[in-house]
Amino acid sequence: MARYDSLLDACGGTPLVGLPRLSPTVPDGAPPVRLWAKLEDRNPTGSIKDRAALFMVRAAEEAGRLRPGDTILEPTSGNTGISLAMVAKLRGYRLVCVMPENVSTERVQLLRMYGAEIIFSPAAGGSNQAVATAKQIAVEHPDWVMLYQYGNEANARAHYETTGPELLHDLPTITHFVAGLGTTGTLMGTGRYLREKVDGIQVVAAEPRYGELVYGLRNIDEGYVPELYDATVLSRRFSVGTRDAVLRTRQLVEVEGIFAGFSTGAILHAALAVAHEAVRDGRRADVAFVVADGGWKYLSTGAYGGTLADAEDALEGQLWA
Amino acid sequence: MAIEVRIPTILRSYTGGAKVVEGTGDTLGDLLADLDSRHAGLRGRLVTEAGALHRFVNVYVNDEDVRFLGALDAKLSDGDSVTILPAVAGGAFGFAAAAAIAQHALATRAGGRIPTAR
Repeated sequence: MARYDSLLDACGGTPLVGLPRLSPTVPDGAPPVRLWAKLEDRNPTGSIKDRAALFMVRAAEEAGRLRPGDTILEPTSGNTGISLAMVAKLRGYRLVCVMPENVSTERVQLLRMYGAEIIFSPAAGGSNQAVATAKQIAVEHPDWVMLYQYGNEANARAHYETTGPELLHDLPTITHFVAGLGTTGTLMGTGRYLREKVDGIQVVAAEPRYGELVYGLRNIDEGYVPELYDATVLSRRFSVGTRDAVLRTRQLVEVEGIFAGFSTGAILHAALAVAHEAVRDGRRADVAFVVADGGWKYLSTGAYGGTLADAEDALEGQLWA
Repeated sequence: MAIEVRIPTILRSYTGGAKVVEGTGDTLGDLLADLDSRHAGLRGRLVTEAGALHRFVNVYVNDEDVRFLGALDAKLSDGDSVTILPAVAGGAFGFAAAAAIAQHALATRAGGRIPTAR
């Protein structure tokens, strides 16, 4: 129990909870293999992105890039937008989010409720039209500040200074850290911290594998790797398909009572893979993984009920992580 | 038995439109050479002239990224499943738009700490 001066001060310090029912059973006399969930849905707006949003805004303030009343521009339809909207409101900035017009209504409602303004790019024009829209906005408003989460070192630093130390404090015997790979900020920051402090730590990435529509580039050279990404921080990287992510998301709530979003299912899938390997090899393992957000924002996908095949169809073509 | 290889939409012009093809090889490098003998030009889209995997190509063996398994030297066995995907990570829209704005912002000096595009 604790009290805080404001909501921003309540960011981080999330619980780490054991998963005794989902952890694999080991043979008699074998060393224990345990799974631990870091509940990042317990942050002020309900996702791990609050940490990055707070650190990025603070860094921009300290560098003199952001002054009261300024406008922040960020292309996001997801958790980062919601986190930035909350931080911007409390710190006195205006937030403009750029997103395709076909995102779910609860995203739009949430962002507007937190006070963000939204500029839609046409869904029909696909990613090329979205890029054009975004470029145009930047041309028209050169004074708007983009924090650019994919390349902003304060994103990774948030996890180096908070997530990593919290994990080591709560689980000094940690052997594996498993998180999702998006901007790569969580894995880069937490991974670097744990590599400095824990001999032999395994840093494991779980990357969502979407439906084919999402990979609809015209050629390979249109691909993109976030500037924050440094492969040497990782030990392994798994690609997790929609079906496995949905299966694990449902298992997490059914077996351990944790209601999470689908990216967490993908992360759990990778965590279980390394846990079962440890059991096979007869090695002790304390596997900590990230619960990135709760499942509330994804209920309208319908993917929490019905068959796995139905859920897979429901998520086809969507960015579910 | 052979190795199943999943081809992304963007590279199916090399496989006559096939989503899945089969090949053989003890390593990923061998497999790509084998595939190229039947699907000419495919290897050239995945491997640079210097002999490394293309920066914007990700290859997975049984769902694990080969860059952490020895890259082109990654060992393969019959029955393995290989998936090739372009690097878009969190989604093509978000990244493409973010990268475009970043480049523009850098050019107009609007932003402070915005990285150059690679």
